[in-house]
Amino acid sequence: MYEYLDQDEDRQVHADGPPSAEATGRAVIRLLATRLLTTLVTLAGVAVIVFFVIRVVPGNPIAMMLPPGATDEDIARLSALYGLDKPMVTQFGIWVAGVLQGDFGTSITTRQPVLDLVLGRLPATLELAIMALVLAVILGGTAALIGTRFRGGRREGAIDVANGMALSVPDFLWGLVLILLFGVLWPIFHISGRVTPSLDLPFTTDFYLFESLLRLRFDLWADIVAHMFMPALALAIPLAAIIGQLLKQSLKETMNLDYVTLARTKGYGETRVILREALRNAALPTLTLVGVQFTFLIGGTVIIERLFSYEGLGNMAIDAVINRDLPLIQGIVLLFALIFTGVNLIVDLLYAVLNPRLRHA
Amino acid sequence: MTYLSIRDLSVRLKGGPSLLRRVSLDVEPGEVRGLVGESGAGKSMIGKAVLGILPPSVEITGGQILLDGTDLLTLPPKDRRRRIGASCALIPQDPLTALNPSHRIGPQITDRLVDILGWTRADAEARAKALLAEVQIPDPDRVLRAYPHELSGGMRQRILIASAFAAEPKLIVADEPTTALDVTVQKQILKLIAGMQARHGTALLFVTHDLGVVSKVCQYLSVLYAGMVVEDATVVDFFAAPRHAYSAALLAATPKYTDPAAGLNPVPDAVIDAVRAEVAAFDRGSA
Repeated sequence: MYEYLDQDEDRQVHADGPPSAEATGRAVIRLLATRLLTTLVTLAGVAVIVFFVIRVVPGNPIAMMLPPGATDEDIARLSALYGLDKPMVTQFGIWVAGVLQGDFGTSITTRQPVLDLVLGRLPATLELAIMALVLAVILGGTAALIGTRFRGGRREGAIDVANGMALSVPDFLWGLVLILLFGVLWPIFHISGRVTPSLDLPFTTDFYLFESLLRLRFDLWADIVAHMFMPALALAIPLAAIIGQLLKQSLKETMNLDYVTLARTKGYGETRVILREALRNAALPTLTLVGVQFTFLIGGTVIIERLFSYEGLGNMAIDAVINRDLPLIQGIVLLFALIFTGVNLIVDLLYAVLNPRLRHA
Repeated sequence: MTYLSIRDLSVRLKGGPSLLRRVSLDVEPGEVRGLVGESGAGKSMIGKAVLGILPPSVEITGGQILLDGTDLLTLPPKDRRRRIGASCALIPQDPLTALNPSHRIGPQITDRLVDILGWTRADAEARAKALLAEVQIPDPDRVLRAYPHELSGGMRQRILIASAFAAEPKLIVADEPTTALDVTVQKQILKLIAGMQARHGTALLFVTHDLGVVSKVCQYLSVLYAGMVVEDATVVDFFAAPRHAYSAALLAATPKYTDPAAGLNPVPDAVIDAVRAEVAAFDRGSA
């Protein structure tokens, strides 16, 4: 009965084993090197644009500093002091030369080094953005998992409606809604600042949230969270909706794939199949999008920090623009550009970690 | 008692047409039953119904699926899943899509043993290694650590076969296991499945559209048309003298590579009309 099967075949089968750790390491180094190069080019472009644009738009920083009725002579003297009397290209050259040596100039309004000011505020904004991201992933991920588990039912419909609402309201409006709800009607969170000013802070860094945890000062940590929670949530809600929608879509598609069906025949239940078989594969397309959206979220901190009087980079940026503090604006914009490219690099590396097919590419 | 006994199984698209019409068939341990028919005849649907993986758009409207005397359809979902996971397995059609791309091969073979049957990880891994050797995969240690994309299609199908036999199941459903493979590999895989089935004494439901394969691998076959079993016979009887006009025409339509001059003989329209009338009469009778 098996006659045509009996002709013995060449049974050479190949096992292309996984590439060595060395090859993987080389691939990562190559990725980092290309990224460093493109980052430098991006930053150079950003530097040129921001430098010239803020000098072309109307508004004179010197005029902002002097009282009304100052003489032309006073203006000329101050301009010379800040080097604003020189041709624009010369000014640019001086600035770039300084930046390359780590000197980002002096803030016109506060007369402090720009680098110190910016680095002093950066941790506050990073903590806010990271907390917002964590909240968004938790909220969006939970919504996607519940929606997938009960797909086709009423619970999925409810999640779709909530997603749509969260998406169609911008973050600053969520901020106002939250202030009304949890700052006024049911005041359980602080509506302004980063930490209660009367508290004695033993911190050596400006990463209050992380340092309070490391020092096991949970009293301070709770106070900081009570300040950060609402601005972070306001930033997180629209991103959570995007994550929820995309991840749910991608999970539902994955749930129809052959390997998921095969896992079902092994005796696994729905929840376990979603978490173990589908989630990791479905998370990949979402991850790329989260990277892009996270940079939007960092952009959103500018308005949200203002709304909650949160002392971060964004709040400082608005002050700098109002005061025409040119060196400070330049410094902040460069730093934002650096953060954006950094986030993209992290996303690419994460993608490679999660997707074994790319790890050796 | 028969190991798998399907009695009068009816399945339909929710609110739509029938997909299976009172299908009945039996498979015993050590036996191979072929399910043949053209595309859409419902042959895969039977396997899916047995394994509890019917798509959500489809519902079972009647009948029994008796596994070792217990009707799977009356069990609570969790018990049914566990029972199927412990005693049945699937050899899927497309090895390229049936392995999870983000897990290594090892856990994909051992997961059922550890999670459902409660084996220790070490026992399960030893078992996986032995199975890979049995399906003639060189260097099992390396393959167990590999990701699916690092292996060829033929290798992956061997892994899926090994995985299907991992828990020593009483019943395996092979759903066109060679259709997605290169012709040069098809024969090896068929022989491998037949050999494993014989050695392990498993009951095998072999879904295929290829009567040539049936004649080599199966002892029994069910010919389906529009979800109806038109002929249930032993392979020897069937190839000697098919009883139903449709299955006879199907057999005649199989291309004969030994006689190229014979050409192709499509199933005649008259036979199709006759079997369609039979299906219509069945639907009138059951309505």
